[in-house]
Amino acid sequence: MSLVRLEARGRASPAMVYLTPLLAVGLTLASGFVLFGLMGFDPLRALHAFFVQPVSSVRGIGELVVKATPLVLIAVGLAIGFRANVWNIGAEGQLTLGAVTGGGVALAFYGDGGWWLLPLMILAGIAGGMLWAAIPALLRTRFNASEILTSLMLTYVAVLLLQFLVHGVYRDPDGYSFPESRLFEDDALLPVIVSGTRIHLGALFALLAVAAGWVLIARTFIGFQIRVIGLTPAAAGYAGFNEKRIIWLTLLISGGLAGLAGLGEVAGPIGQITPTVSPGYGFTAIIVAFLGRLHPVGILLAALLMALSFIGGEAAQIAMGLPKAITGVFQGMLLFFLLACDVLIRYRVRFGRRRAAA
Amino acid sequence: MTDLLILGPVIGSMIVAATPLLYAALGELVVEKSGVLNLGVEGLMLTGAVCGFAAGYSSGSLVVGVVGGALAGALLGALFGLLVLFLMTNQVATGLALTLFGVGLSALIGQGYVGIPMSKAGVIRIPVLSDLPILGPALFAHDALVYLGLLAVPAVAWFLYRTRAGLVLRAVGENHAAAHALGYKVLRIRFLAILFGGAMSGIAGAYLSLMYTPMWAENMTAGRGWIALALVVFATWRPGRVLVGAWLFGGVTIMQLHVQGLGFAVPSQLLSMLPYLATVVVLVAISRDVTRIRLNAPASLGKIFHPDA
Amino acid sequence: MNRRTFGKTILGLTAAAVALSFGIGGFAGAVAAQDKLKVGFVYVGPVSDHGYSYQHDVGRRAVEEALGDKVTTTFVENVPEGADAERVIDQLAASGHGLIFTTSFGFMNPTLKVAKRYPNVKFEHATGYKRDANVATYSARFYEGRTIAGEIAGKMTKSNVIGYIASFPIPEVVGGINAFTIALRKVNPEAQVRVVWVNSWYDPPKEAEAAKALLDQSADVIVQHTDSPAPIQVAEQAGKWAVGQSSDMTRFGPKAHLTAIVDDWNGYYIDRVKAVLDGTWQPIDTWGGLKDKMLFMAPYNPAIPGDVVEMVEKTRVDIMEGRRHSFDGPVKDQSGKVVIAEGKHASDEEILKMDWFVEGVVGKLPK
Repeated sequence: MSLVRLEARGRASPAMVYLTPLLAVGLTLASGFVLFGLMGFDPLRALHAFFVQPVSSVRGIGELVVKATPLVLIAVGLAIGFRANVWNIGAEGQLTLGAVTGGGVALAFYGDGGWWLLPLMILAGIAGGMLWAAIPALLRTRFNASEILTSLMLTYVAVLLLQFLVHGVYRDPDGYSFPESRLFEDDALLPVIVSGTRIHLGALFALLAVAAGWVLIARTFIGFQIRVIGLTPAAAGYAGFNEKRIIWLTLLISGGLAGLAGLGEVAGPIGQITPTVSPGYGFTAIIVAFLGRLHPVGILLAALLMALSFIGGEAAQIAMGLPKAITGVFQGMLLFFLLACDVLIRYRVRFGRRRAAA
Repeated sequence: MTDLLILGPVIGSMIVAATPLLYAALGELVVEKSGVLNLGVEGLMLTGAVCGFAAGYSSGSLVVGVVGGALAGALLGALFGLLVLFLMTNQVATGLALTLFGVGLSALIGQGYVGIPMSKAGVIRIPVLSDLPILGPALFAHDALVYLGLLAVPAVAWFLYRTRAGLVLRAVGENHAAAHALGYKVLRIRFLAILFGGAMSGIAGAYLSLMYTPMWAENMTAGRGWIALALVVFATWRPGRVLVGAWLFGGVTIMQLHVQGLGFAVPSQLLSMLPYLATVVVLVAISRDVTRIRLNAPASLGKIFHPDA
Repeated sequence: MNRRTFGKTILGLTAAAVALSFGIGGFAGAVAAQDKLKVGFVYVGPVSDHGYSYQHDVGRRAVEEALGDKVTTTFVENVPEGADAERVIDQLAASGHGLIFTTSFGFMNPTLKVAKRYPNVKFEHATGYKRDANVATYSARFYEGRTIAGEIAGKMTKSNVIGYIASFPIPEVVGGINAFTIALRKVNPEAQVRVVWVNSWYDPPKEAEAAKALLDQSADVIVQHTDSPAPIQVAEQAGKWAVGQSSDMTRFGPKAHLTAIVDDWNGYYIDRVKAVLDGTWQPIDTWGGLKDKMLFMAPYNPAIPGDVVEMVEKTRVDIMEGRRHSFDGPVKDQSGKVVIAEGKHASDEEILKMDWFVEGVVGKLPK
């Protein structure tokens, strides 16, 4: 027996639920201090650049929200599926399809838009994401094919489809054959809701998704079924819950939200369709979902923290030439600490040898 | 006849392209059979690639390089094991964080090794057989790691299904509470499996940086770790099927490049989709039999184990 | 920054944590007072790619070397071409940079958006076509190098099959394939070019696989418009020829490496920084070629016969002195139709938007 061990608590510690993230941030700051110091950078300046500088202006806070918006939208949807043991890891592809379909509507009606164009694009974006998630749902429920594999493979297919379109029919006719669409007209752009920033209507959708996600899981019978299937699939079977229906539902919800996130990128900060729509939001959102403990409010906070670490890495590069590689290592450490500290919610640390069985 | 002769090198390229996928997927298969899901294969491969290259370059020995890559993968695997087994972190999130960490770490370590060429390992030509038409270049003229990778498939299968240790490992992955009750050290067994998986991913990375394209380049795995993960699911946790999956994926990849070179009027983006679509289609075709999958999938996969619970 | 005692460090950390939790600037970062011009660079890849982004960074370091007493430089690497680009460029502008180079095509619209907000900051966007009062554009006539490579390949090939590894079907790459093929068939009308698109700028294993596939299809010269030296290594291994891209790749295949088309931004970057310092900067478009030293050929492989070197050197000088153009007519497209008439050459605009293949390229270009 080791001298330090973990002892299960009778029940989860409510205090630790809130204390562990703070502890993790403290550990991250301390280890970041050491890491940056070892690499020959002024640690205080680096930490300042990482965590303070990006949010010390209105524009900076706006950027944080812009970056967190797709993460929240996707992670809220994914978390609902993860609770039901539905492993959609292809949100990146569903996001891409949302950009393809929603953005495609903007291009199709280029020149004769109206107030109706944006709602139509939003619907098309959601539908595109749902369509792409429906394929794994169908293959899982009809043919028993694992959604882990199918959703991941379809991500590559979606990205190549986007490439195909921006090199072809989506290409700006006046754009010297470069692979980019026209810039969207004003009718096709999500309105900016805080002036002086790039915060767009998508941020409100993200907040709505948080609220709706919470209501669905905590207050509806479907949410109850999802939780039961996730915790004890056998019991769900006895209770007569329709597992296939839950698979369809969770995949369509997460796909639709990812599609909305993709539309939000092309009709928001990007303003056109480009060969790269997302720097991997669909994958980062998986971490965000778990970091937020699969709870919509937790996801909101986790997304803001993840967004801050990305933007902070850029700020540190600009302010002091901190290489991007160190940012990756630092982000990894931050996540490790956040995940590891959660152990204190259910376990307490005991020193000394285990006493004889009581 | 000359048209047929091209089959030899094409099959040979397919086998070589499948080799890194094979190592990484076999390693991950053993990890998952023990009940642990490690989504950090991409990060492990990159770390193995850079450390393998560094070790091989500084020592001048490819063997040292491959061992270095394996050790680096195992070491990073140990970090993952520490987190998910002893601190009981969520496996999915920790694996993804490990990928972020590994991408950064490998770039950091690799800063001094960018743009340095290395000489490639010699091809082992099996006498007589390598002179056969078609079959010679296809099967009997590769480097040692290709042959070792092919041998690793029956070796892993033998270990899992024919040895006592393999039985225990599968038992731990199937029902950790029962295995614990029988007196098996669940955490120790899983930790060893994770070390093995890390080492195999490390070798997969080192294969890329030492043999396939002997150089170090940031992010040079370009998503192959994810494909390896998908192959384990594709194979429904059977080592032999991992080989089939790796050859299928590698084969379609090579084939679509050939189709392009011959000048078929199909857009390259659509051709590039083929390996992914083929994997999905074949998976659908072989997934019909529910019970067989249930039989092979480790029931405790991804579940957290604590001895007191 | 001064040495700090441990206690102060802890205080500092606490301050940072407090500032973090309130989301506001708790204590001032060290902002050095300076009068030097700050020059920012935005790269799409890692500086260690040893290809495209690396060559831009060589240019940045040349600026530091030449004008280090008057300027400081900053770079941000691995910037995705999506919503993030605008933020990075904005941060550079907001943090006092007076001149910002955005070095990838996908940064075009983000650069223009930020430029509107910062009229006093000068911007330079590489390979794009939109300019503004404070946005200049610049690129290199890489196709001129491909003409020289084409003539060398035409003389060196025995199988008359050239394998061409291409990244994305954009005009720069298509124009490069055409310039190469025109020159190739000028010296060797029997030769043809097989193109494989890898849909990536940088994926060493995939580039290697493409090179192998082309060699298996009896190509004996591999040309690449992707950034990694992997194809050179494959050609070296197989005992065939190869032409490198972006930087001199000789050391990856000393026997195979015929030459490489090397980007050289050093002179341009130094000139533009000087122009800002003297107040003579204008939002112009620069499309420089061999003459302007924005690209050059890596040393020729000693295995290339002397008369071939003589021939291509003459071509190089002719291009530099305007006697020869990479797209001199008559040029036929794949259907045999003359697209560029005899006695004429393609205009800059035609080259900039090129989306068709010349005769001699195998395979159709998707429209």
